[in-house]
Amino acid sequence: METELLVLQLAAELFPNGISRYAIGGLLVGLGAVVIYVGTGIPAGASTFLESTLSYVSDQSRFQQYVSSRDWRVVFTLGIVLGAAAFAATVQSGVITTSLYEPGTTGQLYEIAGVTLWTTDVQPWRLFFGGILVGIGTRIGKGCTSGHGVCGVGSASKTSIVGVATFLTVAIGTAQVVAALGVSP
Amino acid sequence: MSNRHPLFKPLIFVGGLIFGFGLGFSHMARPEVVLNFLQFEDFGLLFVMFGAAIVSGIAFAVMPRIRDTAPLTGDRYERRLKPFDRNVLVGGAVFGVGWGLSGICPGAAYASLGVGNVTILWALAGMFVGAYLQGYWRSRSQTRDTAATGAD
Repeated sequence: METELLVLQLAAELFPNGISRYAIGGLLVGLGAVVIYVGTGIPAGASTFLESTLSYVSDQSRFQQYVSSRDWRVVFTLGIVLGAAAFAATVQSGVITTSLYEPGTTGQLYEIAGVTLWTTDVQPWRLFFGGILVGIGTRIGKGCTSGHGVCGVGSASKTSIVGVATFLTVAIGTAQVVAALGVSP
Repeated sequence: MSNRHPLFKPLIFVGGLIFGFGLGFSHMARPEVVLNFLQFEDFGLLFVMFGAAIVSGIAFAVMPRIRDTAPLTGDRYERRLKPFDRNVLVGGAVFGVGWGLSGICPGAAYASLGVGNVTILWALAGMFVGAYLQGYWRSRSQTRDTAATGAD
């Protein structure tokens, strides 16, 4: 009885928003990657889009090597944007309600034409300078959270597991330092 | 590449839709939630990353055993294995600083735009600038290397 209470208390502390939205969202992310892999044999990653799209406007050899995949990468990214928009129009807007979805309290909600949209409170300078480092690091490091984190780890690739361990550790350290310096949000 | 199956792009699009819906549902499209994980205030992100890795891992393990090639491309089913070198550590560390500062990664940034987060355009602009900087630099050093060996 007491241990049961302790477990519940611990779970509430580690997962203040429950786990269902994370687990279900993760299954869907995995399913999206599976659909593409089963149909095409391609283990999809999101960050190559940054370089392949630059090949439309830049002759640099580093970008031109992605010319053959740049069209479908635009389609993949468009799908991600519109899939998230479909989520906003349904679950986020309350058109579909489920106890498995915990709406949370982060950021700001606003409405356009009956659709509940969301925007972040994180400061633009953090997003911009963080984004620059994400753009450099994912391309030099051969992948991001989807390529290394989902497809690479799913492939039991040692390179990807080391890559994930590296960026996860450094990201935790960075976020803790930034928070300790009093930067919020 | 021009003679791809007519369903190639539609299937990529459907995969992207499911992928993006999942990023929205899991709140990974919200930098705040990622930062809460990195600050040890909510460990839910682990369920997203490993949940997705397990699901895709099943396909990576099973597909090569039941079919040789994918129906829409004729490509062989292979696991995602990339060669390891120092770049994986250097790039991973730079990405880690950026992810820890901003709370956003590429796929989640596209999804964030989809849920209405116009402010994320700052992060997307940054990512293109960063990808351009490293590409410009690496293209140049590559040309320099080939020019140097060509001269010998």
